[in-house]
Amino acid sequence: MMRIILPLAGLVLLALLPLWLSDYGLGLMVGAATYVTLASAWALFSGHTHYVSLATVAFYGIGAYTVAVLNEVLPYPLVLMVAGAMGAGLALIVGLSTLRLKGVYFVIFSFGLAELIRQLITWYEVNVTGTLGRYIFLEITTAGIYWQMLGLGALTLALTAWIHRNRLGLALRVIGDDEAVAAHSGIHLARVKLIAFVLSAVILTLAGAITSPRYVYVEPSIVFNPTVSFLTVIMALLGGANRLCGPMLGAVPLFLLFEWLSAHFPDSYPIFLGLMFIAVVFVLPNGVIAGVETLRHKLREARS
Amino acid sequence: MTTFTRRATLGALLLTAASSLALTAGTAQAEGETITIGYAVARTGPSATGAGITTIPNYELWVDTVNKAGGLKLPDGSQKMIEVVEYDDRSSNEDLVRAIERLAAQDKVDLILPPWGTGPNLAIAPLMARFGYPQLAVTAVTDKAPEFAARWDRSYWMLGGGHDYAKGLVDVLAAARDAGTINNKVAVVSVADGFGIDLINGARPAFEAAGFELAYDATYPLGTSDFATLLNDAQGSGADSFVAFSYPPGSFGMTKTAQSMGYNPKVFYVSVGGAFPIYPGIADGNAEGVMAIGGVDADSPAIQDYFARHTAFVGNPPDSWASAITYASLEMLAQAVERVGLDHAALAAELSNGTFETVIGEVKLEDNQLRDLWWVGQWQGGAFRAVNPGDKAGAATPVIPKPEW
Repeated sequence: MMRIILPLAGLVLLALLPLWLSDYGLGLMVGAATYVTLASAWALFSGHTHYVSLATVAFYGIGAYTVAVLNEVLPYPLVLMVAGAMGAGLALIVGLSTLRLKGVYFVIFSFGLAELIRQLITWYEVNVTGTLGRYIFLEITTAGIYWQMLGLGALTLALTAWIHRNRLGLALRVIGDDEAVAAHSGIHLARVKLIAFVLSAVILTLAGAITSPRYVYVEPSIVFNPTVSFLTVIMALLGGANRLCGPMLGAVPLFLLFEWLSAHFPDSYPIFLGLMFIAVVFVLPNGVIAGVETLRHKLREARS
Repeated sequence: MTTFTRRATLGALLLTAASSLALTAGTAQAEGETITIGYAVARTGPSATGAGITTIPNYELWVDTVNKAGGLKLPDGSQKMIEVVEYDDRSSNEDLVRAIERLAAQDKVDLILPPWGTGPNLAIAPLMARFGYPQLAVTAVTDKAPEFAARWDRSYWMLGGGHDYAKGLVDVLAAARDAGTINNKVAVVSVADGFGIDLINGARPAFEAAGFELAYDATYPLGTSDFATLLNDAQGSGADSFVAFSYPPGSFGMTKTAQSMGYNPKVFYVSVGGAFPIYPGIADGNAEGVMAIGGVDADSPAIQDYFARHTAFVGNPPDSWASAITYASLEMLAQAVERVGLDHAALAAELSNGTFETVIGEVKLEDNQLRDLWWVGQWQGGAFRAVNPGDKAGAATPVIPKPEW
């Protein structure tokens, strides 16, 4: 029971926060909720399968662009649905054609995907519509964005928890450990990977769509910013990508750290980002949670 | 394992809530002693170059100048020193929006200076309007300025739109053609990005209306570094005028390529970057006659004094397009504060209706926009001089054809 009640109580508490927070506090919460959602959605696919995807911003950007294109044509809930469908469609096409790639080939491909989509949109806007920047004039308050993002984040965690307990999660774990073994035990590799990839992509796309009203102005170079992809990966890895709460534990402190850096060391953010990458890979290859557990084991052994 | 996960969940939730409260709590602003001015600009990331040339040096120069003179003057004759609160937006609009929320809601600064670029200025416009701060958007070239000024009535748009610059250029070329100096063919290349597209969309109909033939019209993606093919085709088109709606890397690259291949059109026009102080160096000292976007009245004592102060403070001269206007916008702000104080509504009204003495001369906004601008400039005798609008006081006469490289 507690397993459900505690997170629910936490969620309610978080949902009530806008009542007390200043505009800046709320802005922080939007940012934190966004990165928790992105990192968790990323881990949903990449955490177990070990397919490191740098395509996060491709889907995130598509979400933002969908809102930019459709916000004056369709009612907002429909726009979100279209955005989700766009993300799913793209993930299906991409997944079917590339999930056979392994290791570094998949990493490079996924990084290229974001650039490809950015250039395709640019080409289309230049040659067909003849405008590049698009405007989003939606009357959605910051609190509204926060609640949507919180909901999406909670949904992502719930989905991840459910998948962890379910045949799909088991299949994903086996694939991550050894694809050959997975295939021999009768797991339909392509289907399992595709399901996880599409689910993750839909969430990433929705996250992009939900935050986009905060930008007002959308341009390919603004929404397809590769830093988002890198940050997502580093956050998920820091916390531990194969744990339910790992991505959240990585995303929140890192997000706050970068926020602090932007005020106190405005010139050196990229250096810290690089150092974080190195630190995570060398010091905490399995994430903070696993790191703490190993430490506890060692302490216990030392005591006995 | 399960217990740990549950504890972790709760921990993360509490951490999120607690830390956001902690960051929010912050320091209470010292009232009264100083005037706090906040800005969030790109110190890192793709926008850092532009912000580092046009925006940040002018903010720092202005604050330094004001503080050395004893601070900002208030209507009661008293003076208060400026205290700066600065954040890096990492060239990300999401971070920028949050930084503005931080400046307005937590730091409660008295005034907020705008970021660099069209997109960032639009991203913060709704927030600035909600918090009531006047927004002197300088580095935002947009044809929709009238619409934005109407939508956010405390926003001011001070760099015109793509159509204005395109039309200014066409005027210069049409005059030269009518005088028989150049033929009626033009070769145009444009960068496939917001700015290049705005300009080419304004230029095509303007060239056509003026009776020009676009002998060559191509776009190139942002990030292109090899311009030999483009320039080759432009040269082969038989046009006397070469026009590039480009960003600094393109402007510089095309200049070097044209020099190395001996392409000597009678008019050589580049956009952003052409008015940078480093341009003559890029052109190996042969910038004479090159036209570009922007311009200043290089003979005006106010501009000369501003260039000298900028050079002494920053280490290099300002660019000859948006820098002087950025500085002028800050002078406007200081004069408006001196007349009406720090009340945002009064300040906004004064900025809309007042007349100000600045480095670019007397400034009076029309419908919250600065329209009295230079559209085309040309390197003449080592200075980048404004040539269009030709009937504006201080305009130099364009030199066409341009001397060979």
